[in-house]
Amino acid sequence: MLLIFALLAIGTTFSVASATVKETQSVLDRSASIEEGKQIFLKGCSSCHGLNAEGASIAPSLIGVGAASVDFQVGTGRMPMADMSTQAMRKAPVYNEEETAALAAYVASLAPGPAIPGESELNYERDGNAAEGGELFRNNCAMCHNFAGQGGALSQGKYAPTLMGVEPKHIYEAMVTGPQSMPVFSDKTITAEEKLSIIKWIKSAEAEPNLGGATMGRIGPVTEGLLAWVLGLGLLIGIAVWLTTRAR
Amino acid sequence: MTTTEKKIGTAANFVDERLGAAKWVKKSLNKVFPDHWTFMFGEVCMYSFIILLLSGTFLTFWFDPSQKEVVYNGAYEPLQGLKMSAAYASTLNISFEVRGGLLMRQIHHWAANIFMAAIVAHLLRVFFTGAFRKPREFNWILGILLLTLGLVEGLLGYSLPDDLLSGTGLRITSAIIQAIPVVGTYASFFLFGGEFPGTDFIPRIFTLHILIIPGIFLAVITIHVMLVWYQKHTQFPGVGRTENNVVGHPILPVYMAKAGGFFFVVFGITAFISAVASINPIWLYGPYTPGQISAGSQPDWYMGWLDGLVRMAPPLETHAFGHTISWNILIPAVIVPGIIFTGMALYPFIESWITGDKREHHLLDRPRNVPNRTALGVMSITFVMISLINGGNDIIATNFDLSINQIMWFSRIGIFILPPLAFIITKRLCLSLQRADRELLLHGAETGRLLRLPHGEFVEVHAPISPEKAYLLQSHEQLVPLEIEDVDARGVRRPGALKNKLQRRLSKAHAVSVPKVTEQELKEIENH
Amino acid sequence: MSNELTPIDDSVVPAHAPRATDVNPVSEKRAEQQVAILFGLSGVGSLLLIYSYIFVKDTVFIFIPIMGNQNAQQLGIGIGMAMSLFFIGIAAIHWAKTLMPDKEIVNHRHEFRSSDEDRAELVQTVKEGVAGVQLGRRKLIKRSLGAAVGLFALPPVLLLRDLGPLPGKKLEMTNWKAGTRLLTDPGNRPILASDLEVGSVVQVLPAVEDLEHRPLSDIAKDPVLLIRLRPEEFQLEPDRLAMTHEGIIAFSKICSHMGCAVALYEQTTKHLLCPCHQSTFDVTRAAKVIFGPAARPLPQLDITVDAEGYLVARAPFNEAVGPSFWERNSQ
Repeated sequence: MLLIFALLAIGTTFSVASATVKETQSVLDRSASIEEGKQIFLKGCSSCHGLNAEGASIAPSLIGVGAASVDFQVGTGRMPMADMSTQAMRKAPVYNEEETAALAAYVASLAPGPAIPGESELNYERDGNAAEGGELFRNNCAMCHNFAGQGGALSQGKYAPTLMGVEPKHIYEAMVTGPQSMPVFSDKTITAEEKLSIIKWIKSAEAEPNLGGATMGRIGPVTEGLLAWVLGLGLLIGIAVWLTTRAR
Repeated sequence: MTTTEKKIGTAANFVDERLGAAKWVKKSLNKVFPDHWTFMFGEVCMYSFIILLLSGTFLTFWFDPSQKEVVYNGAYEPLQGLKMSAAYASTLNISFEVRGGLLMRQIHHWAANIFMAAIVAHLLRVFFTGAFRKPREFNWILGILLLTLGLVEGLLGYSLPDDLLSGTGLRITSAIIQAIPVVGTYASFFLFGGEFPGTDFIPRIFTLHILIIPGIFLAVITIHVMLVWYQKHTQFPGVGRTENNVVGHPILPVYMAKAGGFFFVVFGITAFISAVASINPIWLYGPYTPGQISAGSQPDWYMGWLDGLVRMAPPLETHAFGHTISWNILIPAVIVPGIIFTGMALYPFIESWITGDKREHHLLDRPRNVPNRTALGVMSITFVMISLINGGNDIIATNFDLSINQIMWFSRIGIFILPPLAFIITKRLCLSLQRADRELLLHGAETGRLLRLPHGEFVEVHAPISPEKAYLLQSHEQLVPLEIEDVDARGVRRPGALKNKLQRRLSKAHAVSVPKVTEQELKEIENH
Repeated sequence: MSNELTPIDDSVVPAHAPRATDVNPVSEKRAEQQVAILFGLSGVGSLLLIYSYIFVKDTVFIFIPIMGNQNAQQLGIGIGMAMSLFFIGIAAIHWAKTLMPDKEIVNHRHEFRSSDEDRAELVQTVKEGVAGVQLGRRKLIKRSLGAAVGLFALPPVLLLRDLGPLPGKKLEMTNWKAGTRLLTDPGNRPILASDLEVGSVVQVLPAVEDLEHRPLSDIAKDPVLLIRLRPEEFQLEPDRLAMTHEGIIAFSKICSHMGCAVALYEQTTKHLLCPCHQSTFDVTRAAKVIFGPAARPLPQLDITVDAEGYLVARAPFNEAVGPSFWERNSQ
């Protein structure tokens, strides 16, 4: 009798103890991620953003910017910034996915901020409407990024980059966090569904073939005028010279 | 007589008994048109116009010039369900549901761009060769009128689809009209049928674009070409060519074949470009609403220089007595173009006043022999190029990593400094070319072969130039400044002293040139 | 002043050098064949056009190097048309150049000025004709003619009066009045102050009766841009500061230069850039113009919140929005 009771007691105690260990383990995992992020941060980011991410004259504070900001900036390679000229430009990312996630976790742990959108939140094919997205795009985005998302000029050499070839996740994060010159488009003013419509439209514009022929960058009349003079008049002058030359 | 000849004979007899035109037709078929590739620019203009008429007529069968709001449910998915004007929707219909519709739209728009480019090239050719001189001054003025009409017609044409880009252009047009003092708001309200954009504008510009302006074009082009026919085309100097003749091929058969063939070539090249290069993809721009705008919004290139001038204008407005005068709009968009086009139209008379030359001219100038005029032309081209560049400053900034602010400052300062600089450099270049011609005539062409003479001197061997070339190099006239005495033969002071002084100064500047080789110098060289 | 060398006899044109096709029958035959081939290529083009028009579906796309995916029907019709036209032209020109007579001929010019006799006769005819009119003698006719023609000129102008309404005060009025709610564009949703984060930008339109059918003429004046800054970032006069609400400031989106939509907000510099002519406005200083051709700042809308916390206009704009015009009192 005593033996059965003793076995039960040990068994229950053991299972409870191991459950506690598991929980402690996932907490330890997350905090390990944050710790990893902190280490990466101290090595690669603190020289500009400060030891506690409080910011300095050359870089803003990261307290409250959220995981989404980090995922965008580091994921598109903008951060670490290559040269301190006009603005951070998209380039090959320095940190891999795991390191980026760690950095994001660290910055998110400093203060609440926008989270990285999950897979289910980015199903633009299902949840978005391309036509509505086009209207939203022309109202809110085209003035900087051009009618076809090819990018445009801002003042003093800054620019709104092209939106072609950008991951939907990054487009979403940029709208939510407003990187550098880009304003913030919070979910209250452009809803999550509207954001997905915008992404759907951008992706459809990206996939759409040039329906009338080569477009020379989808920029508009400037390149068209150049082609009229160079190719149009050029070819015609060539024929005119041939026409008026005597045959031998 | 063959059967064909008999048939033609019967037909010709039928016509001749009613019109009696045998003499005129014979003269016309033997009419001579001189050949030079630069004379083909005018033909490109004319053929492009015909292409515009043909392709435009095609488009009118499907285009709906109405601003009534419709909901789109055609073939282009990214615009499904959106509200837009019937004009925009019908343009989408032409592009995606009419076979060959997008091609015709593109032919029409590319032809318009090539038309305007050819007009400018033609204008420059006529200007630099002095073909506008007596008796062709009136034809030159008609040409300037055609250029102006072309600008307006193009603007109205690309505004018809009522898309975001052209609608923005119309917004700017209405702002220019509105800015005119006293009558501006009335003019704008009458043109648009109320406030911008209203619902009457597209139908009204449709009438202007397909009926009124093409009608004026047809009439003016007919007079323009008839004048060339009647006054005979000018020709470049050369052996056998004088002020009193025209040398070339007759209309039947050579000129007809070449000119007729060139029409098909122009049409073919326009169609080729329209097949492979996209122009005005209105489905990407979206329907026009005044609340939207795209980065990098420009008009077509022939209006782009005006956009550039407007961008670089200083922010000047006068606010006085409850009224506003917008100098920042009026100067670049109304006053400066007004001065330029008026000056262009009057140039033949300005130049004949400066030179005092009232004779007929049928032989063309080689541009180097009229340094002042050539330099003036290059100066004007420089002015327009700087304006054009500024008109695209945001596109240039985006694609070449520059700053719009820097390009703007470059244009603001450059527009004043670079044209005079271009004038000076071009004039010097012309004089250098004249000097080179003189050397060529006197000493022959440099062959690059060296000869060592018996006493040790090295000389370069010069080859004599052909008699045709020698003729060409001295066929121009020596420019001579006007001599206006302040006091006439009887010692009475001439009126208009200031005007005479100006005329003398300008005439002297215009006549700066390298002296022509004289007969005596040629003889001396021969004996050398 | 004429040329200094002896004038050349204008019947002397440069010696006619024969072409290969003039003297060599083989060259001549070859030129003929070339013309025939060119006409043949034109035929090929026409056939390509017909085939593409009838048989190629407009959903087919083919890949062309450099150009990417192209619509096959459009390309087929276009290249077909281009070929059919182009080669007719080239064939005709090649035919003229190689096979048609090559001799240049001379036309003579005649002075344009009419002969003195013709001029005198014209003057005589005109004088006689005008004398028949005798307008100088017939003063009654002259005066009544003048009056009729003068009056006659008025109706054509008058008939165009109904082209448009008179401007009146229309340019100075928008749909913004005291208490008008700010609604998102598109979407027409009202906005709480807390919906905007620092750095946010929202395009808004006024709440009107019929939200679904706003006339474009209203949209040409009503759009407003809402921007949220930190209150301490403003450098405003007290009266302008009072028109903001908790760091949210509202400006007319219609450029004061020529009416384009100004909405490029640079979050870092707090500048608004108009893409049409690059006028730049400083939001922290009430949209003062700091670069470009615009001469006036963007009109600021006085905003506050209503009882439910939604953003509303406190008053209409205190000046006309959009481009300047003669009657605009800009002081």
